[in-house]
Amino acid sequence: MNIIIIRYGEIILKGFNRKFFEEKLINNIKQVLKDHQYRFRRADSLIYLEIDNADLEAVARKLSKIFGVVSINIAAVTNNELESICQTALIKLEEQLLTENHSFKVVSKRGNKKFPLSSLEISREVGAFLLTKHPNLRVDVHNPEITIFVEVREEQTYVYSKKIPGPGGLPYGTSGRGLLLLSGGIDSPVAGWLMAKRGLELEALHFHSYPFTSERAKEKVFDLAQILTQYCNQIKLHTVNLLKIQTEIKKNCPEEMFTIISRRFMMQIAQQIALKNNCEAIITGENLAQVASQTIQGLTVTNSVVDLIVLRPLIGLDKQEIITIAEKINTYKTSILPYEDCCTVFLPKHPVTKPRLEKVIKAESSLDIPALVEEALANLETIEFKQ
Amino acid sequence: MEVYLDNSATTKPSQAAVQAINRALTEIYGNPSSLHRQGLLAEKLLKKSRSQITNALGVAEDEFVFTSGGTEANNLAILGSIKQLPKHSNYLITTEIEHPSTLNIFKELEREGYPVTYLRVTQKGIVDLNHLQQCLLKKPALISIMMVNNEIGTVQPIAEISKMIASLPYKPIFHSDAVQAFGKLKIDLSKTNVDLLSISAHKFHGPKGIGGLYIRKGTKLGPLFYGGSQEFKLRPGTENLPAIAGMAAAAEEFSSNNLTQKIKYIEHLRTRLLIGITKKIENVKIISPAVPEAVPNILNVAFLGIPGEVLLHGLEEDGIYISTRSACSSNKKEQSHVLTALGLRTQEIESAVRFSLSIYNTETEIDYTIDRLHHHVTNLRQIVSGRGYY
Repeated sequence: MNIIIIRYGEIILKGFNRKFFEEKLINNIKQVLKDHQYRFRRADSLIYLEIDNADLEAVARKLSKIFGVVSINIAAVTNNELESICQTALIKLEEQLLTENHSFKVVSKRGNKKFPLSSLEISREVGAFLLTKHPNLRVDVHNPEITIFVEVREEQTYVYSKKIPGPGGLPYGTSGRGLLLLSGGIDSPVAGWLMAKRGLELEALHFHSYPFTSERAKEKVFDLAQILTQYCNQIKLHTVNLLKIQTEIKKNCPEEMFTIISRRFMMQIAQQIALKNNCEAIITGENLAQVASQTIQGLTVTNSVVDLIVLRPLIGLDKQEIITIAEKINTYKTSILPYEDCCTVFLPKHPVTKPRLEKVIKAESSLDIPALVEEALANLETIEFKQ
Repeated sequence: MEVYLDNSATTKPSQAAVQAINRALTEIYGNPSSLHRQGLLAEKLLKKSRSQITNALGVAEDEFVFTSGGTEANNLAILGSIKQLPKHSNYLITTEIEHPSTLNIFKELEREGYPVTYLRVTQKGIVDLNHLQQCLLKKPALISIMMVNNEIGTVQPIAEISKMIASLPYKPIFHSDAVQAFGKLKIDLSKTNVDLLSISAHKFHGPKGIGGLYIRKGTKLGPLFYGGSQEFKLRPGTENLPAIAGMAAAAEEFSSNNLTQKIKYIEHLRTRLLIGITKKIENVKIISPAVPEAVPNILNVAFLGIPGEVLLHGLEEDGIYISTRSACSSNKKEQSHVLTALGLRTQEIESAVRFSLSIYNTETEIDYTIDRLHHHVTNLRQIVSGRGYY
C-alpha cells in the first residue's frame, strides 16, 4: 500500500495563530480530495493521507499546488520487520534508477523507540542491503542523487524517495481578500499567484474596449483565470468596458497622458469594485520602469487616486524572473498569445514618462470622472471560474 | 441577422456535400483497400468521387490526387517536383503575393540554397509579365503562380503566362494554386500549360481537411510521405472517404458547367455592395480590381482611418462576419504582404478589410451590411479621430 505524506512549512512558526493556519490548510486539502474516500492523520507538521482507489501521482500533482504545502511524498507502507523494510526500499530505489552509476543515501527516522535498531543503524543496514542488489551504486551522504527515507513508526514503516515540491507560502484565504487587475499579459497572473501564495484570496478585474479589442483577448483572460483556479480553487472575474472612458480621454486630454489617465480610471473603478466585494487590497502586475506608466512618477500618479493599499509583488523583479514564474504556474503560453487588451488607437506615440500629479489632475479636470466611472460600473459583467 | 461574408476563409458546406459525407460515414464505412464487400463499396465510392472531381476540372481520372487540403497540395506540388529535378536545374520563380502555404515553401527552399525570384505585381495585383519575361531567360526549373489571390481576388493571366512558357525552348514545371479560383471562375486547363493545380474543398462548400492536386500526365513528382500504395503512391494513408465524397458532391455543384448562373448572381451581389459602399461612405479606397480582373466573390476595401480589426469587431456585433489582415495590436508590426506588394500606403493597408461572398448570401443581407457599415464607419471615425463618442 502507498500513502501520501504532505509536509507544510512556515505555518509551524505561527505561534498562537498556528491552529487557524493549519485548519485553513487542511480545509484546502480536503477541498482537493472531495471526490475521494480517505483517512487523514496529522503529526509533527506532517499530514498523512490514506486514499482509497486513487491514482496517487495525480492526486499528488493537485496537492502540490496548494499554498502552504512544502513538499509531498508518495510513501510505501510496510511492517516493522527489517527484511520488509529493505525490500520496500529496494522497490523505491529501483523506481528511480536509470543507470547503475547513481549515488544514493538512506535517511532514517525512528519514531518507535521499541524498534531494536537506532536510526543510524537502520540507514546502515538498508544501505548495505541495497548495495548487495546494486553493487555499482555509490553511497554519498553529502550530495546524493537519490535519497531513500525510512520512517519507523509504532505500527508500520513508511519508505519513500521522490519528493514532489509544493509552492510553500501560506494557506490560501488566511490573509484576507484582494482584487487583481488581470490584463492578459505575462505579469498580472504572476502578481496574483504571488499574493495568493501569501494567503491572499483573489478576485479579478479585467478591462477591455470592445470593439477596439477582440473577444479573443477576453477569452484569453478567461483562460488565465481558469488556470489560476488550480491554485485558488475558484475565482470571480469582473469585466468592464473602458471604451467610453478612453474615447472621452482621447477627445479631451493631451495625447501623451492617454495611458496614465486611463490607468487612474482603472484604479478608481477597481477600488469601487473592491470595496463592494469585501476586498481589502488592489493587486497589480506593475513592475518598476517596465513601461512609461510604471516609472516611479507614473506609479505615484496612479496610486494617488485610491485609498486602498495597492500590492505590486513584481515591482522589483526582472522580466526574465517574471517569465520563469509564469512558466512554472502554466500561465506563460496563454499570456503570450497575440491578442491585445488595448488598441493602438488609444496608445500615445510618446507617452509621458515623468508625469506630475498636478498636471495630470488639470488635464483630466474637463472630464466628468464620477459619471464616467459610474457608467462603466453599470456595464460590469461577472463570471465565476471553478477548478 | 447573421451575414457570413468570409467565404474566402471558409464556406458553409452545401446540403449535397453534407449528405454525401453522412452517407460515407454511416453506410460506406469500409477501407477502400479491404478485400471484402465493404472495402469494394468504399473503393467504388472513391472512384466515383475522383471522377466527379476530374470531370469538374475537365481532366483524366488518373490525373488527380487527394490531399488533406490546399496547403498539402501546394507542398506536394512544389517539394514533390523539386525532388525529381536534375541537380544543376534549381532556379525557381513565384510571385510576391502568393498564399503563405506557397510563399513559405519558397522561403524555406531559399534557405536551403535554391535561387528564387518573387515576381513583382502591378497596382492591381497582376503579375508583371515583363519581369516574368526577363526571368524566363534564366531557365527556371519550376514556376508557381496562383490563379486567384486570396486577399484581393485578382485573377492572374494564366493563359497568357502559359503561352510565354510554351514558347520557351525548354519545359519548366508550371504550378498554380487554384484554391480561391475553383468554383469562382471557369477553369479550362486545356487552354493552359499548367502541370500542377491545387484545390481545396472547404473553399467551395465542401468539407475541411480535404483537397487535392491535379497532376498533368507525364509530370514527374515524388511523394512527401511514405507508406501504402494509395493515391498512386503519391499520397499514402487510408483515404479520408467521407471528406472525399463531400468534396466530390461540392465539386460537381460548382463545376465549370454549372457555374454561369452562380457567378452572375455573386457578381450581382458584389456590385450591389460596391455601389452601396461608394455611394454611402466617404473616404474609401476600393483595393480589389473590377471583374473580370478579380473574381466576383472578393471585394477588398479600405475604410480610411479605421483599423481593419476594429471595423471587423464592430460589424461582428451586428452578426456580420468579414476578414482583415490588419490586427489592432500594439506590438504586431506585421502587415499584409499582398497589400504591401501593391504599393499601398500604410494608412490604406491598416484599414483594409475583405468581404467575400457566396451564393448563399442575399440582397437583403448586402443591404443590411451596407447600412451597418455606414453606421460603424461613421461612429468609429469619430472615436478614432478624437472627436468623441456616438
